[in-house]
Amino acid sequence: MRVAEAWRVAIDALRANRLRSVLTMLGVVIGVGAVVALVAIGTGTKRQIEQQVEGLGSNLLIVVPGRLDPGAAPTASTLTMDDVDAVIRVVGDRSRVAVTISSGETVRAGSREAYASMQGVLETTPDVFVRRLDRGAYLTRTDVTTGRRVAVLGAGIARQLFGDRDPIGRQVTIGGVRFRVIGTFEELGQSLGVDRDSEVHVPVTAAQRLLGTQRIDGLAIRAPDRERIDALGGAVVAALVKRHPDTDFSAVTQEQILGVLGDILGVLTGVLAAIAGISLLVGGVGVSNIMLVSVRERTKEIGLRKAVGARPRDIGVQFLLEAVLLTTIGGVLGMALGISAALLVDRLTPVPAAVTWWSLALAFGVSAAVGIIFGVIPAQRAGRLDPVVALRTE
Amino acid sequence: MSEEPAIVAVDVTRTYDLDGVSVSALRGVSLTVSADDYVAIVGTSGSGKSTLMHLLGALDRPTSGTLRIGGRDVATLGPAEMALLRNETIGFVFQSFHLLTRTTARDNVALPLVYRGVGRRERRARAAEMLERVGLAHRLDHRPNQMSGGEQQRVAIARALVTGPSVLLADEPTGNLDSTTGEQVLGLLESLNADGVAVVLVTHDREVAARAHRQIVMRDGLIVS
Ligand SMILES: Nc1ncnc2c1ncn2[C@@H]1O[C@H](COP(=O)(O)OP(=O)(O)OP(=O)(O)O)[C@@H](O)[C@H]1O
Ligand SMILES: [Mg+2]
Repeated sequence: MRVAEAWRVAIDALRANRLRSVLTMLGVVIGVGAVVALVAIGTGTKRQIEQQVEGLGSNLLIVVPGRLDPGAAPTASTLTMDDVDAVIRVVGDRSRVAVTISSGETVRAGSREAYASMQGVLETTPDVFVRRLDRGAYLTRTDVTTGRRVAVLGAGIARQLFGDRDPIGRQVTIGGVRFRVIGTFEELGQSLGVDRDSEVHVPVTAAQRLLGTQRIDGLAIRAPDRERIDALGGAVVAALVKRHPDTDFSAVTQEQILGVLGDILGVLTGVLAAIAGISLLVGGVGVSNIMLVSVRERTKEIGLRKAVGARPRDIGVQFLLEAVLLTTIGGVLGMALGISAALLVDRLTPVPAAVTWWSLALAFGVSAAVGIIFGVIPAQRAGRLDPVVALRTE
Repeated sequence: MSEEPAIVAVDVTRTYDLDGVSVSALRGVSLTVSADDYVAIVGTSGSGKSTLMHLLGALDRPTSGTLRIGGRDVATLGPAEMALLRNETIGFVFQSFHLLTRTTARDNVALPLVYRGVGRRERRARAAEMLERVGLAHRLDHRPNQMSGGEQQRVAIARALVTGPSVLLADEPTGNLDSTTGEQVLGLLESLNADGVAVVLVTHDREVAARAHRQIVMRDGLIVS
């Protein structure tokens, strides 16, 4: 029998039982749709996070107290501004070092108030991280050395406190202490689930006085180039350990952060895909079941085809094609469903989704494979039927 | 090898196994069908006529004995070779037609050609030709449930003939027909036989049997005369 002929017979058989064919396909449609949509969400999330981490700036080195072991207890920081001076000496360039001490504070302007993440920083922050101003100016070195009470507001805070009015030169109180607004940041949006437009930057010295502490939480260094990141990290950690013999310090790069996040997201995507894969498997079992029913129902037809010259192979191929046709049509519909779902999620929710070619190819390949794997048993059974026995059944 | 008989059966038996109880439908049958034979098989119901026809048509294998069809011993053939043998040398008309219900007369008749690798266009042409020959030129696109019993019977005959078989096996071809239609069908079979096709038919009708070149009488799985 010619292949084109086998296709025609398979299509006719599926048409003859339209409703059943559609219901059988549904399992595969949902399974493939779920795989495509969930992989798209996993990929989209991963991409977004990568962009954000890379968007922080290049060649960054984050130095924090404690070990970066998963499960290790967070270490209370013992770093002070003296340590920062030591680090600046190691780096040899103040403009490459940023520090932070952060605290959640209520910011007021007149009768309005907003909850902000106050960051005590050096004037070098815009040199180390990518941070653009919308209006005004950033902190100066003098602001930092004299502990002047000036503040740069995140876009969200500025909007909440001042609406459309220009906040530059106006007074706000942070934790009850008066500060003068000297600048506002460009809008940034969410990053890693944190609203970065609710930051307020003040001189680290002013923040320490406000909080009544000498500590800082951590520091970041921008290496001059990629090659020197590791060496620089080692030198900084060594300098800090020398000053604090009882404390561990870790220096991590963006790549390491991306690596850890990527691993977590990879596992997450894998789990999602596996769950979706199980539903695809269930769809496959459904196909197998229906094909067995179909073989039983059409036993007489099979007997007749054999009586007029169909070989076991011809019958087997016909039923296998039917199964493969069911799952591949289901697969294509499932891809359409998955793509639509991913686009909807991407557009209507904050969750990003990016459909990848490999997930489409995989989903299609798997659905075709499901058809072959789950079609083989019914096809073999049909192929082996004895013609006389088959013709005798009702 | 034109002298080779179309079918030779020597001491053939066929035993069915029904839940551990064995039923002997044929208990040692020997029969030769020559290339231009016209044989009628008669016998009481359950005497093994259909069972014998299935063996002669390469649809089934004997439990013991030898069976040669078209010069080939069926014991040496696998299922695929049996299928090929059926397709190339046998035309079988079943006791109960066995037409595909959702398929037109033309496509029913064309079905054996599908497994011979004949293209669609030629298949349909040959099927139409065959239907015309059995007087159904006006029923090409009818489905079996839109046709009378006699018309269905003739579609089944057309299907058996479309491959140009050397042996035509017909299990009660006139059983479901009135005498006029039955006469038409018999005339058709006889003209085929005149063209050199061996014809073996099963019948309960003495008159039909009398028209054959020879008669075989079966009883309890044996040929009694
Ligand atoms: N598949 C089968 N399984 C078990 N027994 C069978 C089978 N086919 C036929 N038989 C038995 O074999 C015997 C012969 O059956 P067969 O169909 O050959 O008779 P027949 O001569 O064609 O009868 P009829 O004239 O009624 O068609 C019967 O006793 C029948 O019950
Ligand atoms: Mg019978």
